[in-house]
Amino acid sequence: MKARVAIRYRPGVLDPEARAIARALGSMGFAGVRGVARTRLLELELEARDRQEAEAQVRRMCERLLANPVIETYEISLME
Amino acid sequence: MRAGVVTFPGSNCDRDLRVAMEAVFGRPVEALWHADTELPRLDLIGLPGGFSYGDYLRCGAIAARAPIMAEVVRFARRGGHVLGICNGFQILTEAGLLPGALLRNLGLSFVCRTVPLDVVTAASPFTSAYPAGDRIALPVAHHDGNYMLSQEEVRRLEDEDRIAFRYVDNPNGSTADIAGVLGAGRNVLGMMPHPERACDPLTGGTDGVGLFRSLLEALG
Repeated sequence: MKARVAIRYRPGVLDPEARAIARALGSMGFAGVRGVARTRLLELELEARDRQEAEAQVRRMCERLLANPVIETYEISLME
Repeated sequence: MRAGVVTFPGSNCDRDLRVAMEAVFGRPVEALWHADTELPRLDLIGLPGGFSYGDYLRCGAIAARAPIMAEVVRFARRGGHVLGICNGFQILTEAGLLPGALLRNLGLSFVCRTVPLDVVTAASPFTSAYPAGDRIALPVAHHDGNYMLSQEEVRRLEDEDRIAFRYVDNPNGSTADIAGVLGAGRNVLGMMPHPERACDPLTGGTDGVGLFRSLLEALG
């Protein structure tokens, strides 16, 4: 089973790298870029028996290591 | 007073920290290993600067979950003193011993220079040797020193006199210009500047000595 974890900064956390990317796009002539946000994507291959167990396990991984709750949120999606 | 400094894979200021401590404490400082699950009897643990685990995932994130850190956290919660410098500060926030988080510098550059700092409080075992309000100079060398803290947390730190050092000219965007912060029990300090790099006139300054003298006074 594959799990995808998308980790994003919480609203209100300033991401100066995303801002630098937006500025670079602007200076290259791409008009109308109102904002850029970066998402970290992790793909996990799991040996879980079922979706519920897999999701619970990945949630624990997020809570304990993959995301820092002070500054990040996470979203889990599972696929066979 | 017995001190030890942890080495994680990628730590590179561990030796400098041991050398600085040994010069002031006048006795050998133990080299602790990230994979150890037991600590010797100690009064002070140092978490040094560097790039533990390559800064992978988040700075200090993996180091904070290294086997030795469960013991370090237990040690701190029992009142043991912990000094986290630079990557060590990042590790302390990731381990939940200090509030907030360290992010990429606001200006996006790696900042490497000597900066003026205000010693905001002398009421701690890390800063008692400095007069309160003293201005000192310490080197900084970091890419991810932008200390993020909610306004509510800043107010709480101010009420509890837990801001240890403030930047005079903020080099990284840190909230409220905070360069160093104390934990609730005042036995844990995290700071981005490097006091261990300012303990010898040969390396350009000695304003870091006061921090280690404070600890010697407080812990014997």
